[in-house]
Amino acid sequence: MVQALRPAQAASSGTPVPVPARTTAIAWRLATVVDVLTETPRARTLVLDVPGWPGHRAGQHVDVRLTAEDGYQTQRSYSIASAPQNARVALTIDRLDDGEVSPYLTDVLSGGDRLELRGPIGGYFVWDVALGGPLLLVAGGSGIVPLMAMLRHRAVALETADVGAQHNVPARLLYSSRRWDDVIYRGELARLAQDDETLEVALTFTRESPQGWAGFRRRIDRMMLAEVAWPPSERPCVFVCGPTPLVEAAAAALVELGHDPALVKTERFGPTGASA
Amino acid sequence: MNDDARRASEQQSVDDDVGEDKRLDGNAAAGILSEVFVPEVTTARATCANCGTIRALGALLVYAHGMGMVMRCPSCDAVVLRVAHTRTRLWLDATGARLIVMAGATTPSAA
Repeated sequence: MVQALRPAQAASSGTPVPVPARTTAIAWRLATVVDVLTETPRARTLVLDVPGWPGHRAGQHVDVRLTAEDGYQTQRSYSIASAPQNARVALTIDRLDDGEVSPYLTDVLSGGDRLELRGPIGGYFVWDVALGGPLLLVAGGSGIVPLMAMLRHRAVALETADVGAQHNVPARLLYSSRRWDDVIYRGELARLAQDDETLEVALTFTRESPQGWAGFRRRIDRMMLAEVAWPPSERPCVFVCGPTPLVEAAAAALVELGHDPALVKTERFGPTGASA
Repeated sequence: MNDDARRASEQQSVDDDVGEDKRLDGNAAAGILSEVFVPEVTTARATCANCGTIRALGALLVYAHGMGMVMRCPSCDAVVLRVAHTRTRLWLDATGARLIVMAGATTPSAA
């Protein structure tokens, strides 16, 4: 089935759903793959040229639609990894071995191929520097993707801002991975944290930690969050993204620690790592 | 079937098809909801018809199915919105939402 799936060349096959005229329609667009980057053994980043892209906010996603030759369509949501300041749209996709869509996107697509998508989508799980901080990001696995868009956006925005602005939006990331090789954006995260004293990155490993690793080596829990997070009195903006069990455990622990539930925004990927 | 029985039966079918560990956030329904609503709707606030709790749609729990999504209240677990595609139709069941308040749609100026 996966091999038979191809992006539709026309807008859609079959009978279009009649919808009333809209002023803010989220149109399906045909994107072109400009580059494919290997992030980890399982994750690839598709760098896309999307004609007419209206721009996005960090944390938003796109729906990707694949159409088979017989007209069968299937759709998945993927978070945008690139900063809004970038003209090109980057999606980082984790390959699910039994997935219907992700192996096609990570292993089959290459430069010049086309992909049907609509976006940007979602106004709830978004952050930009104007919303202020402190910014607490909690990620599990490929849940790092929308949070990376926030960190990339923040880095670009602060480059051009004064030092005072930088101290207004300190950021901390707590990122859980199974093992070292699974850490998406590992090099870039290290560079960002090195160049910016107001950004702290804490990794935790749940299966296997590197030799000599002095950091966390367990699932994210309440004690870990208490250690990494600002106190609730600082009212950090919190974004938690990852597999459903991780997101629910982390969000519940943060609320138990006294964080305002209205400031804790979650995006669950489901148990397998796919969003929707 | 009365409301409680229907709710229980829906709850049963949701639990059978999509386990609790597979639930998503309202954000995941933003794409299909954009086919119904003009303004960005995950920041719209919905009042649960069952318990009266007011939440952003992005904060509801979403259970995704092949054809669409069921959105539930995180406080009482009642169904707030259901939206689904069939081949030629888009279905919206909003009986579980007493009220939905969203940002006004941008309209061309009257001048």
